[in-house]
Amino acid sequence: MMQVVYEKTKGLTDKQTHYCPGCTHGVIHKLVGEVLVELGVLGKSVGVAPVGCSVLAYDYFNCDMHEAAHGRAPAVATGIKRVLPDHTVFTYQGDGDLASIGTAEIIHAAHRGEKFTTIFVNNAIYGMTGGQMAPTTLIGQKATTSPYGRDKATTGMPLKVSEMMATIDGAAFVERVSVHDVPNIRKAKKAIKKAFQVQIDGTGFGIVEILSNCPTNWGITPVDSLTWLKENMIPYYPLGNFRTPEEGK
Amino acid sequence: MSKTLMKGNEALGAAAIQAGCKYFFGYPITPQNELPEYMSRELPNIEGGAFVQAESEVAAINMIYGAAGAGARCMTSSSSPGMALKQEGISYIAGAELPAVIVNISRGGPGLGGIQPSQADYFQSTRGGGNGDYRHLVYAPATIQEAVDLVMEAFDVADYYRNPVIVIGDGMIGQMMEPVEFKEQKKRELPAKDWATTGTNGERKPNIINSLALDPAELEKHNQKLSRKYKEMEEKEVRHEDYRLEDAELVFVAYGTTSRITRNVVDALRDEGIKVGMIRPITLWPFPMAAIQNVPDSTKALLSVEMSEGQMIDDVKIAIEGRIPAYHYGRSGGMIPVPEDIMEKAKEILGGVK
Amino acid sequence: MAKGKVYFDDDICKGCELCTTVCPVDIVIMDKERINAKGYHPATVSDMDKCIGCANCATICPDSVITVEREKK
Repeated sequence: MMQVVYEKTKGLTDKQTHYCPGCTHGVIHKLVGEVLVELGVLGKSVGVAPVGCSVLAYDYFNCDMHEAAHGRAPAVATGIKRVLPDHTVFTYQGDGDLASIGTAEIIHAAHRGEKFTTIFVNNAIYGMTGGQMAPTTLIGQKATTSPYGRDKATTGMPLKVSEMMATIDGAAFVERVSVHDVPNIRKAKKAIKKAFQVQIDGTGFGIVEILSNCPTNWGITPVDSLTWLKENMIPYYPLGNFRTPEEGK
Repeated sequence: MSKTLMKGNEALGAAAIQAGCKYFFGYPITPQNELPEYMSRELPNIEGGAFVQAESEVAAINMIYGAAGAGARCMTSSSSPGMALKQEGISYIAGAELPAVIVNISRGGPGLGGIQPSQADYFQSTRGGGNGDYRHLVYAPATIQEAVDLVMEAFDVADYYRNPVIVIGDGMIGQMMEPVEFKEQKKRELPAKDWATTGTNGERKPNIINSLALDPAELEKHNQKLSRKYKEMEEKEVRHEDYRLEDAELVFVAYGTTSRITRNVVDALRDEGIKVGMIRPITLWPFPMAAIQNVPDSTKALLSVEMSEGQMIDDVKIAIEGRIPAYHYGRSGGMIPVPEDIMEKAKEILGGVK
Repeated sequence: MAKGKVYFDDDICKGCELCTTVCPVDIVIMDKERINAKGYHPATVSDMDKCIGCANCATICPDSVITVEREKK
């Protein structure tokens, strides 16, 4: 007797995504949707979409959604969570949204210990606007605004968000994961689930930084992009947990 | 209902709470600090209430976006430069059709400017400092009692139109103390907030709070829907006060605390036999165009008195369409007009006008 | 080894090929003979009998194209 072991999660709507072929935003969306369903909180979840490739996420998550101004999702989520403290609130943000214009908002949400969960997708580039350099763009990486390769002398070193967030007491859960292969996708799901659990337990703010790809603006095929991610991003952005409540720190 | 002597900023907070506001997101900036301070004392004592000091005015207005989208009555306040930071957020709130009350206790500008009272945010408030075709009601109280009444009503108006409402007072409105009472406002028929993001509970399709519409035809349709709403506001919500207009040869136009100074000027000039009157806009938007157009035939000149280098004068000119000459007199930077100077200007204009 | 079966919602596939890189029995391929509604070659399976229902392909698929069944012992 055959049993379904994998099917599309109810956590996502039927709308097909606009993401480019092979973009792992789609994978991350699935993980978040699956986690919300498995934790039984989909019906009282409220998500906040950023500005960037995932701006249209408000059409993809099968729960109430807000679309926030660029960088301001953590502030929007703060407002929602203060009004609906028993709801599960999350932001879904890219690196342009979170690590550039929205740096103050994410730091201060953690600083206040706001009890929501942030899914931070780091693909080292601005996708929606056509491939500009982001604060997370690697040294030497070419982008439309770092055409000669990112130069530390004029643009500094790529921002390590998880390490930065881990210095903030209010950030109860901070982990960096990747979705460049199946084992890591499964690990990413575990981290996302723990981050949401930290919220549901009322412990505090949680953020999962997820290394992701951008075949279109990296200018390589989806398959090669995952290899590029593994060989270039992970050495600079080491995976692992940076803070978790169990430490009791 | 006994009156209480209260500082403007605190009275504004008390009025909001009376109107059912349970959430306040703000940031320190003179001269409105007593408002967030008051809310930080009071809201924690209210069931489910919350006060949040945001990291910036940008964050504060976006917290409003979230709280309002979740269906709550909420308020923020700031002053001039802080209001400038909130303009993008206000445009989003208008685009997403969210109710919110936003208080501006304005100060001298431009730039960091000063902390003394000013009315130089007229353009920012009435033209909108954010992007796109959007409007919002702008209430300009002249007394603290009027500020209390207008704030209480502003929450109903915001909910009724699903739109932000600005309550603007110059620094004096925030800093003065006057006796106030919190009268029951006439209730409006308010639609249920079935659009709010309170969770689908698996029983309905997701609600989405959003101002993005990449399809231009769809965005135009949305703009036209908003325009119909703004038309309704123009027809139903414009407010002003006429003062001693009959047989006036010169009509002052002044709002907020400047209108209180100008009211004394009208009385003083009338005592000297000079026929003057005043129109006091209570809503800066919608601007009382009809009131200006319907000044008595005796009127030979209009004089806009403002604590600015001349902003409301534009709307006076728009209203009168060149039929009667319109002048401006103002102090700026935090300087407050004195009756003698206003009287002199009026006489000068009347002297010149045959 | 349990038997598995996979189903592809062809017209949702964007032809990204990620699923073809994770199949432990190497049966997931792109169907070069067909074009789907989006104009891509959709992913498919060359030899369903070999499928062990591990769901690797479905896990890495960004667009939830693949549904996986496995024999329940």
